Amino acid sequence: MSGNDSAVNVLLWVAVPYAAIAVFVVGHYWRYRFDKFGWTTRSSQVYERRLLRWGSPLFHFGILAVFFGHVVGLLVPESWTAALGVSEGMYHAVAFSVGTLAGLAAVAGVAILVYRRRTVGSVFSATTRNDKAMYVLLAVTLLLGLGTTLYGTLSGHPHDYRQTVSPWLRSVLLLRPHAGLILGAPLGFRLHVLAACALFAYWPFSRLVHVFSAPVGYLTRPYIVYRSRDPRLSSSRAARRGWEKAS
Amino acid sequence: MRVMAQMAMVMNLDKCIGCHTCSVTCKQAWTNRTGVEYAWFNNVETRPGQGYPRRYEDQEAWRGGWTLNKRGRLALKGGGRVRKLLSIFSNPKLPLLEDYYEPWTYDYETLTSAPAQEHTPVARPKSAITGRDMKITWSANWDDNLGGSADHGERDVMLKGVEEKVKFEFEQTFMFYLPRICEHCLNPSCAASCPSGAIYKRSEDGIVLVDQDRCRGWRMCVSGCPYKKVYFNHRTGKAEKCTFCFPRIEVGMPTVCAETCVGRLRYIGLVLYDADRVLEAAATADEKDLYEAQRSVFLDPHDPAVAEAAQAAGIPRDWVLAAQRSPVYALINKYKVALPLHPEYRTMPMVWYIPPLSPVVDVVRESGFDAEDRGNLFAAIDALRIPVEYLAGFFSAGDPEPVRRVLQTLASMRSYMREINLGREADESIAAAAGMSGEQMYDMYRLLALAKYNERYVIPSAHAEQAHSLEELATQCSLEYEGGPGMGGSGAQAPPAVRDQRALRERQGASADSDAAPARVNLFAWDGRGRPQGMFPHRREPSAQEGSAHESSAHPGSAQGAGVGGAGVEGDGGAGGAR
Ligand code: SF4
Ligand code: SF4
Repeated sequence: MSGNDSAVNVLLWVAVPYAAIAVFVVGHYWRYRFDKFGWTTRSSQVYERRLLRWGSPLFHFGILAVFFGHVVGLLVPESWTAALGVSEGMYHAVAFSVGTLAGLAAVAGVAILVYRRRTVGSVFSATTRNDKAMYVLLAVTLLLGLGTTLYGTLSGHPHDYRQTVSPWLRSVLLLRPHAGLILGAPLGFRLHVLAACALFAYWPFSRLVHVFSAPVGYLTRPYIVYRSRDPRLSSSRAARRGWEKAS
Repeated sequence: MRVMAQMAMVMNLDKCIGCHTCSVTCKQAWTNRTGVEYAWFNNVETRPGQGYPRRYEDQEAWRGGWTLNKRGRLALKGGGRVRKLLSIFSNPKLPLLEDYYEPWTYDYETLTSAPAQEHTPVARPKSAITGRDMKITWSANWDDNLGGSADHGERDVMLKGVEEKVKFEFEQTFMFYLPRICEHCLNPSCAASCPSGAIYKRSEDGIVLVDQDRCRGWRMCVSGCPYKKVYFNHRTGKAEKCTFCFPRIEVGMPTVCAETCVGRLRYIGLVLYDADRVLEAAATADEKDLYEAQRSVFLDPHDPAVAEAAQAAGIPRDWVLAAQRSPVYALINKYKVALPLHPEYRTMPMVWYIPPLSPVVDVVRESGFDAEDRGNLFAAIDALRIPVEYLAGFFSAGDPEPVRRVLQTLASMRSYMREINLGREADESIAAAAGMSGEQMYDMYRLLALAKYNERYVIPSAHAEQAHSLEELATQCSLEYEGGPGMGGSGAQAPPAVRDQRALRERQGASADSDAAPARVNLFAWDGRGRPQGMFPHRREPSAQEGSAHESSAHPGSAQGAGVGGAGVEGDGGAGGAR
């Protein structure tokens, strides 16, 4: 295949992913360092519960399953599962069924949540532009991934991304980027990857940061936390975000 | 024995006139921001009534606080850790805004911008949430003074079991006001419910706070607190709660709600307790025993062994002294007239209440009998089963005995003091029947009826060696100590709030102090009584005015001022017109 390393390919499949990763990492550091106060789920449950009760768990559990599916599918080389005696057909059947289920749950969840944002007045007025951009990126990435998978399988030509997207991603993560590897993937997957890059670059600046505060420590810590008086609570420091001084 | 100190409050419900000043000043101080328009860290509810948020006491619905599991161990009523994490994406027990009320404002602009017209323009209510026109249907005190109770009064959770006896007919009602703040519990279920560990109990003074930098908005604390005293700021996405005005407490000032309380019914002081025994007490099998169990966790600050253990635990000497003078300890454990609010939630609450005798007194008086007579009052307490049983639901998990005992003590005090006020011989048998000496009864009366500022609020300042800069003192100059170069220099003094408060405090005690350092003259804080301090050289004759000796010993800063004089953080000497 000629032109594998053309400027556009290197830009799209080497520069863009690295840039996204860099923004993702540095962005999170920056946000944590300077905006701990803004680091929150910013839940809208106090406004509305009926729709959220369905939409939010559907989306979150769905997306968690999707995430773990991606970890396995992208990071475990096909040769390893083959060595375990799992054929491509078997693998695909399982991944497709479980993945589609999870993907559909996540999409249904997003659909309910977006509907809720649009129709419940109080939730709508609490929706920032930042949130809207986040919803667009999230929905586009989800739909591209799920749509391409469904289309491929239902049209009878499932694409084995573990020959294309997965080795490419590993090459990027191992700092030996090989743009050519992904070119064999269908357009849908390539767009899915680009959308994901945009999402990752946007991540640290959105409410999505709350993913990194998943409170697993709660399982082991003592119930009641005692802390000594915090000298940092002094007003000699600049007032922090959200706490304006009265005079 | 692991001694810890807790800043606590007692409210004397008989004196509450339901004026909501405490709520308003608290709101002005802490929650006058977007996102917490609906939040009242201090609220006053009329009972019988639904409370705020509506029916918050229905723990079968809200599942706040603790319960005992099958093995008799303490467990969060809302479910343990795994259950919390699994329901984190949609908290099943979170009160909605509509359970509090939808906050609103008015479009006042139309009053001035409306074109000339026949009818007076009106300012319509606008939702503070959506900005749209709205119909006001509920608020934080919608059922104030039993308003609307004929319609929905029976929705009061605490009426369960006594509903047939409570009448909402105009002639037969009784009511009282219940001001509520966060209880700063010894075993706070809000903190236990927080997945991020952002809610903590300060080890120095037991104040329960939310770390705004660590809160991630999981909202489990809101449902975990049975008193519903954590609020979710829907703008910032963080939990907020009553702070016990810690910046004020740290410099020896009472909370805003207490400072501004019109009825002067709030008492603030330290309680020493044995931290090792808290969980054991909270797990007491019969919930009717929880009141006594919690009382037994408190330590007697006069006991030398306790004082010693306290010092070993790093509690400063002046704090132990303050604990000995604590009005809160006296009302809870010496006179035993203060009771905890809803001990059955097992959070070991630390804002206690003296139940109201006035509903009983009113009935006696209205029926034409002598409402100062102990016999009449005792008979009424027994006959009026409603108030006692109803109150018992609040203050002793339904056990009428403690409430009856407290009401009888208060009734005894009334008749004992009447004899004295009429110039008759005090009837010691009245005191004895209440299990007190006449002197104790008189002291209790003094504390309940006459106590001055310094006796109602015994708050030792925070220590310089414990924290280097405190909110209200952060402008303090490090060179400002007795005779140091910073003395009297520009800007080197306590902030105005602290200075004015000290001046007021001094004035209440009205002592002509003697050997203080030359102080700044603050003519603004001078009310025309006596000589403005610092204007003239000190007179040396001893003060004849009553209260002076008490004054200087009660001054919270004095012991510490001597102890850490060099650091000058408390900086009494330079701190304005105080001394
Ligand atoms: S009353 Fe205060 S300390 Fe107690 S559980 Fe509720 S918020 Fe926490
Ligand atoms: S300010 Fe005092 S008297 Fe007035 S409502 Fe509040 S607690 Fe009651």
